[in-house]
Amino acid sequence: MRIELEKRPERSKLFSILSPFIALGLTLIAGAILFLSLGKNPVEALFFFFIDPLLYGWSLHELAVKAAPLILIAVGLSVCFRSNNWNIGAEGQFVMGAVAGSVIPVVFHEWQSLLVLPLMMISAMLGGAAYAAIPALLKARLNTNEILSSLMLVYVAQLFLDWLVRGPWRNPEGFNFPETRNFNASAILPEIVDGGRAHFGLVFAIIAALLTWFMMRHTLKGFEIAVLGQSQRAGRFAGFSAARMVIFAFLFSGALAGLAGISEVSGAIGQLRPVISPGYGFTAIIVAFLGRLNPLGIVAAGLVLALTYLGGEAAQISIGVSDKVARLFQGALLFFVLACDTLIHYRIRIRRPAAAGSAIADARPQAETN
Amino acid sequence: MQASATSEGDRLLALQELTKTFGSLRACDGVDLDIRPGEIHALLGENGAGKSTLVKMLFGVLAPDGGEIRWKGSPVAITSPFEARQLGIGMVFQHFSLFEALTVAENIALSLDETVSIARIADEARSLSQAYGLPLDPFAHVADLSVGERQRIEIVRTLLQKPELIILDEPTSVLTPQEADRLFETLETLRGEGKSILYISHRLDEVRRICDRATVLRHGKVVAACDPRAETVASLAGLMVGGEVATVTNSPNAGTDQALLEVAHLSLPSRSPFAVTLRDIDLTVRRGEVLAIAGVAGNGQSELFDALSGEVLAGTPDVIRIGGAAVGQKGITQRRLLGAGFVPEERHGHGAVSQMRLSDNMVLARHRSDAGTFLAGGILKVLKRGAIAKAAARVVDAMDVRKSGDDPHASALSGGNLQKFIVGRELDRKPVLLVVNQPTWGVDAGAASRIRQALVDLARSGSAVLVISQDLDEIFEVAHRIAVIHHGRLSAPEPAASMSRERIGLLMGGAAPDGASPGPGEAADAH
Repeated sequence: MRIELEKRPERSKLFSILSPFIALGLTLIAGAILFLSLGKNPVEALFFFFIDPLLYGWSLHELAVKAAPLILIAVGLSVCFRSNNWNIGAEGQFVMGAVAGSVIPVVFHEWQSLLVLPLMMISAMLGGAAYAAIPALLKARLNTNEILSSLMLVYVAQLFLDWLVRGPWRNPEGFNFPETRNFNASAILPEIVDGGRAHFGLVFAIIAALLTWFMMRHTLKGFEIAVLGQSQRAGRFAGFSAARMVIFAFLFSGALAGLAGISEVSGAIGQLRPVISPGYGFTAIIVAFLGRLNPLGIVAAGLVLALTYLGGEAAQISIGVSDKVARLFQGALLFFVLACDTLIHYRIRIRRPAAAGSAIADARPQAETN
Repeated sequence: MQASATSEGDRLLALQELTKTFGSLRACDGVDLDIRPGEIHALLGENGAGKSTLVKMLFGVLAPDGGEIRWKGSPVAITSPFEARQLGIGMVFQHFSLFEALTVAENIALSLDETVSIARIADEARSLSQAYGLPLDPFAHVADLSVGERQRIEIVRTLLQKPELIILDEPTSVLTPQEADRLFETLETLRGEGKSILYISHRLDEVRRICDRATVLRHGKVVAACDPRAETVASLAGLMVGGEVATVTNSPNAGTDQALLEVAHLSLPSRSPFAVTLRDIDLTVRRGEVLAIAGVAGNGQSELFDALSGEVLAGTPDVIRIGGAAVGQKGITQRRLLGAGFVPEERHGHGAVSQMRLSDNMVLARHRSDAGTFLAGGILKVLKRGAIAKAAARVVDAMDVRKSGDDPHASALSGGNLQKFIVGRELDRKPVLLVVNQPTWGVDAGAASRIRQALVDLARSGSAVLVISQDLDEIFEVAHRIAVIHHGRLSAPEPAASMSRERIGLLMGGAAPDGASPGPGEAADAH
C-alpha cells in the first residue's frame, strides 16, 4: 500500500476561507486530548487556557503587549513569504533591533529629550534591517539558502545580546545582575491608556498592518512582490529584479522585527536582559500563515497566538501544567494550518499494490511477438 | 440484449451527453463521442471549444457534471489519471514533463505506478522503441535529446502502461516534417494492433492523412462527426470555426531602409549546461517587414529571445540597437520604453502569471510604458484598477479572446486564447518593434490565423516584426525574409520568395549554405 498526495483539479473557495478556523478547531481537540491524557479536566483546562485570560482588564492589556510584536513581525514576514523569500531569522532581527535601539538609553543614559524615542525607533529599524541584510546579500549575491543563514544568525544575535548585558552594557549599579540600566523616562514607550500595560507597540503594529495591506493590494510594489513570488521568469519579463526583491523583502521584514524588538524592550521591559523574547520571531511565522499572509488576517492571528502565551501562564497557575504547553499549542496550530492548506490543494489517495504481473511485464508490444 | 451487446462491443469508449460547466460557461455541453477499437479518431475544434476539458474528463483530471462515460460497454467513473491508466487509457501531453538531468530510463521509472528496476525498464523501453520504430537510447540524458526524441519518451512511457486508448494532444506541433512522418508510421502500427488513438491536432492536412473519423467541437457542442478523408482542409476548418477561416493576406516586402532592430556580432555563452551558446549573430529588421527565424526547437531560439528582450544582457551596448539606440546593456523596461514589444514562447510563468487575473497580466508588461494611464499617486504608484480593466477589455475585444467570467485568471484561459491576449497586449501599444517567439505554439487554426494576420498588419502599418518559429507554414505565411538558427548560429536572412522548404530544411539540419565556406565560428565548435 502506498499513500500519495494528488493535486486537486479545482480547489474549494469555501475551504480556503474556512481553513484557519478548521485548524483552530483541530488544535482545540488535540489540546483536549492532551489535557485528558495528563489527567486534567479538558473543559476546565481549555477554559483557563483560552477563555479566562479574556475576562479581565489586566489580562487584555497583557494580550495587547504580547500581540504587538507578533503582529509587527508577521506583517513583515508576510511580504517576505509572498515574494518567496524565507526569512526564518526574525527572532535575531528582533534582538538586534532591540540592541541598536537601546544604544541611546544605555550609552547616553543621561540624555532626556522628546527626540530620544523617535531616534530609538529609527535606529532599531535600521539595526533590524541591517541584520536581515546579511542573509539577503548572501542570497542575492552568492545564492545561499536564506532559510539556513537567517536561522543561524538568530543564535549569533542572542549570544551577542547575552554578552552585551553581562559585559560592556552591564548596569554599574545593578549588583552584577546581567541587565543594562533601566531606561530613563524619556526612553520609555508610553502606554495607550494611563495605568494599563498596553503600550504604543500595538498601535505601530496596526498601522504597519494597514499600510502593508494597502501596499500589497493597491500599489505596483505589491504587484511586483506577488509576481516575483509566483514566477521569477515572469517577473524578469516584467522588468522586476528578483535580486533586488530579496533585499527589499528582507530589509522590510528586518526593520519591522527591529521595531518590534525596541517596542518590547522600551514598552514592556524597560531595560535589556539576556532574554527579551519568548520566541516572538518564530511564533510570528505561525501568525503569518494563520493570517493567510494577509496583513489584516495577521492582526487577528496575532491576537490568537498572543492568547496561547497568556493561556500557558494561566494554565500553569490554575491547573498546574507546565507553561511549555503554550509552545505545544503553537506547534499544533502551525501543523494543522499547514495540513489544512495542503489538503485544500491536494487530496490523499491510498493505492493498492498493483495486481500480480505488473503493468510493465504485460507491456511487451504485440508487434514483437507477431 | 444480444443486439445491444454487439453494438456496444464494437465501441471501446462511448461518451453520452458528457457535460462540464465552469461558472456560467458550458465548456462541454452534452458531448456524444464513440471510439472504436483500432481507429485513429480526430478531435477537432478551436481554442475554447472544449477539447481540453473533454480530454481531462477522459483522463480523470476533471470530474464531469453530467453524462456518462462507457468503457467497453459498461459505465465507469474515472476519478484520477491513475484510474484512467488502470482502465487502459494513456495520454501523451502537449507539454512534456521530463527531468533534463536524468536519463530516459530514469524518467520512465519516475512515471510508473510501481517500482521497477532501471535495467528492466531500459530493456522494455528498448524493445518497445524498436517494435514501434521509435529509436531511443534508454541511457541517453534527456538534455541531449531533440524535441522529437523527447516526445518518443512520452510515447514509450505511455505504451509501457499497455493502453488500449492513447490520447495524443497536439503531437506534431514540435516536430520537423520528417519527425512527424515517423510518428505517423508509429501510429499506424498501433492502429494495426487494434489500439485506438484519440488524436487532437490543429493541422488539418495531418488529420485528413491519418485519421479514420473526426469529431468536431464548437462552443462545447459536437457540431459534426465526419470522415476527414471525405472533407477538404477548408471544409474541416469551416466546421471548426462555424464559417470560413480567413487566410492570412500578406503584401510583398514593403521594408524600407530604416532599420529598427540591428544585431551585430551577438555572442552569448550559455548560462546552464542545458542552454545553447549564441555565436556571432547578425540580423537587421527594417520598418515594414517581417523577418522570420526558422529552426528546430532547442537551437538557441529562447536564448536569442532573452538577449533581444533584455532579460539577459548582451556583452556590450552596441551589439543590439533598437531604433538606432544602443541597448545591449539596457534591461527589458528601457527597451519597451523605446517602443519594443515582446511575446515569449512560454505563456504560463513567462508571458503571463497563471494565477493572476488578466488585468494584472496587463500590468505585467506595461506598468512602465503605460505608467501615465495605469498608475496614480506619484511615487506610491497606486494601480488604477479601472483604467487597467478597461485596457484589458480593449485587448480582449480586439483579439476576440474567449473567456469565462469578467476577469479570469490566466490559467483559466485555453492556450490559444491566452496567446491572443498576450499578443494583443503588445499590439495594443502599437509597438515600433515586436519580437515574437513561437507565436502560435499549440494554438488552433482560427486563433493562429488571427495572430499571424495581426503580425502582418503590424508590419504593414510601419513597424518591424521579428518572428521566431518552428512552424514552416507559419513562416511562409508571414515572412518577407527568412533566416535559420542552428546550434546558436544564424544563417544570413534571404527573401522568402527565393527560399524553398528543402533549403530551409537543410539549413535547419545544420548544412552550410551552398557555396558558402564554413564561418569563422566553426573553429569554436571544435572543442
